[in-house]
Amino acid sequence: MSRIIVVTSGKGGVGKTTTTSNLGAALAKQNRSVALIDADFGLRNLDLLLGLEERVVYTAIDVLAGECRLAQALVKDKRLKGLVLLPAAQNRNKESVNPEQMKKIATALAKGYDYILIDCPAGIELGFRNAISAANEALIVTTPEVAAVRDADRVIGLLEAEGVNKISLIVNRVKPLMVEENKMMSVEDVLELLGVPLIGVVPDDEKVIVATNKGEPLVLGEYESVPAQAYSNIARRLEGEKVPFLDLMANQGNLLSRLRRMFGG
Amino acid sequence: MLFPWNNNTDSRNHAKSRLKLIIAHDRASINPDMMEAMREEILDVVARYVEVDREEMQFSLSNDQRMTSLTANLPIRQIKRIGDLQEQLKENKSINLQKIEVVEFDQEAETNAKSK
Repeated sequence: MSRIIVVTSGKGGVGKTTTTSNLGAALAKQNRSVALIDADFGLRNLDLLLGLEERVVYTAIDVLAGECRLAQALVKDKRLKGLVLLPAAQNRNKESVNPEQMKKIATALAKGYDYILIDCPAGIELGFRNAISAANEALIVTTPEVAAVRDADRVIGLLEAEGVNKISLIVNRVKPLMVEENKMMSVEDVLELLGVPLIGVVPDDEKVIVATNKGEPLVLGEYESVPAQAYSNIARRLEGEKVPFLDLMANQGNLLSRLRRMFGG
Repeated sequence: MLFPWNNNTDSRNHAKSRLKLIIAHDRASINPDMMEAMREEILDVVARYVEVDREEMQFSLSNDQRMTSLTANLPIRQIKRIGDLQEQLKENKSINLQKIEVVEFDQEAETNAKSK
């Protein structure tokens, strides 16, 4: 049976779309068939992060209007066999789709793919309700910041109320040095506050921005960077594998920080 | 602490404690007015039976994992005598008189249990 997973956060700008694109690519790399649904109508970006923006012809709206078949609207990723994208319409707003319609699309896709990943828009209004309508699992993306954690908690409550009970947490943009200096909440702090199981920790890394500039998911890079490895690990954990969490401090050994740590800074 | 300028940077725990509080409130979705009203009502009920030290009492929502709980810490100055209680209850017409008997019965049962 295929799994329909919504990637959501409440707050915008915490890395939902980056997470969706990288997890999709990582799962496809592990020989899974994956359909990504961009549920952010009016502000679609998943096509851009995947580097597929020039190949978008039809969108989910066209499928719903009966102007094309579902298969026609899917954009196939040429780099990875088994990865496809169903783009959102850019010239419409979120009200142009309802939860029933989203559910229909996701369920139809579920027949042909192992994973359906739904990239949820920010907020908790109709766009959010559309995105979660078909999901039976959720990945919550948050960063170790007060606003992101608070919104994540709110979203977890809403998901539970909707009967989505399989919820896992991804803590994104962790800065290990700041945590060490007690300037940032640690992953454990966030876990304690939110009380849902952890499935991934992704460090804050410039390579993420470089990868989005190029429209190439990190996990497709030539050598495996730390964030790429973090995403691959999440994909493996989704598959049920037990993978230890990365030691983010291991790469943080410049002289200054070491000295500071040594002198009890 | 060797470098004093590192001293004022524990914003991590600051963030955590602020979040603990706000998340508990979000989860219970109780606004401050409702919280205050609930506090007053609970106190009214408790005050019929015992004299509460209103200055020392604490009332708070807290959360642990995904459980939110209401914690009331009400220091008791004095326990009221049953005679006072009956009179007070008679005056208050909103209270069912049957409840007095229940109270008496419970107290008797308790003293019986203790004497055994």
